[in-house]
Amino acid sequence: MTLAEVCELVGAEVLAGEELLGRRVDKGCGADLLSDVLSVTEEGFLLITGMVTPQAVRVADVMNACAVLVVRGKRPPPKVVDYAREAGIPLLATEKGMFETCGILYGHGLRPTEFRHLSDYAG
Amino acid sequence: MPAEPSILLRRVFPVPPDAIEEAGKASTEVRRLLRGMGAEPEVVRRAGIVCFEGEMNIALYTKGGRIVLVVREDRVELLFSDRGPGIADIDLVKQPGYSTAPDWARELGFGAGMGIPNMEKNSDEFHIFSRVGQGTVIRATIYRRRDDLGRSGKEA
Ligand SMILES: Nc1ncnc2c1ncn2[C@@H]1O[C@H](COP(=O)(O)OP(=O)(O)O)[C@@H](O)[C@H]1O
Ligand SMILES: [Mg+2]
Repeated sequence: MTLAEVCELVGAEVLAGEELLGRRVDKGCGADLLSDVLSVTEEGFLLITGMVTPQAVRVADVMNACAVLVVRGKRPPPKVVDYAREAGIPLLATEKGMFETCGILYGHGLRPTEFRHLSDYAG
Repeated sequence: MPAEPSILLRRVFPVPPDAIEEAGKASTEVRRLLRGMGAEPEVVRRAGIVCFEGEMNIALYTKGGRIVLVVREDRVELLFSDRGPGIADIDLVKQPGYSTAPDWARELGFGAGMGIPNMEKNSDEFHIFSRVGQGTVIRATIYRRRDDLGRSGKEA
C-alpha cells in the first residue's frame, strides 16, 4: 500500500513529508522501545510507535524506515517534526491506539518485518 | 602479514555527555557518508545500527567521548572511545537484558539492555577494552566483501 492509503486507513494526519505519501510500504514494525526497532533486519518498513522523541525519528533514519506513524493521539514537539522533514522521513499521527492501528494495517495487507529474536543473542 | 588496506575515509564525531536530544546524529552522518561512497546497503545498515547503539551509550553513560569512522577497501571500522567511568565487568554488559539505564531514559525508549549485544551481532569483529576510572574503547569491524563475512554477517 502507499503511505497515503495508510493515512486513509487509520485516519492519520500528516505532520511532515506530504510530498512523499506516494511511497509504497509493505511491512510494519510496532514498537515503543528503540532496541526493538534496532532488532529489525530489513529496511523500508513503517515504524508504528508511541515514541515522540527525536530518537523515534532518528532510529527511523538509521534503520532506513519508510515513515513514522505515531499512535494514540500523541503529537511530537515541533523540533521533532522539523527533524523528520529535514531527514525526509514522513511523520504521520493517528488518534487510534497501537493495537487498533496495527490491526487495521495488518488486515489490509501490511506484514511484519523480519527481526532478530532474543534467542539469536544467546552464546 | 599483508599490510592493512589503505584508508579511504576517516572521520571523527565528538559525542558530548547527556546530549540525548542530539544523540544519533553521528549515526545518520555515518550512514550518509557510507552510502555516498557506494558501500553495500547491508554494510550501511549494519554500520548505522552499531554506530547508533554506541553513540547512545556514550551519551547516556559516560562523561563524553568520540566516534571514529574508518573506511578501508575491505572494511568499515567504528571506534568508540569515552572518558569514563569505564566498565568493570565486560561479560556482564554483553549479556542481553543487562542495563543500568535510569528511569527517565527508559521512558524515552532506551534501556532494554540490547545495545551491546546488538552491536556485537551486527559486527564481524567486536572488542571492548575498558579501564575503570579511565574509560572504554570499543572497536567494531564490518567487512565489505561478502566472502569475508564473519560469524554474524550473513544472517542479518
Ligand atoms: N561506554 C560505556 N561506559 C560505561 N558503561 C557502559 C557503556 N556502554 C554501556 N555501558 C553499560 O552497559 C549497560 C548495557 O548497555 P546496552 O547493552 O547498550 O544496554 P542499555 O543501553 O539498554 O542499558 C548499560 O546499561 C551501562 O550500564
Ligand atoms: Mg545502550
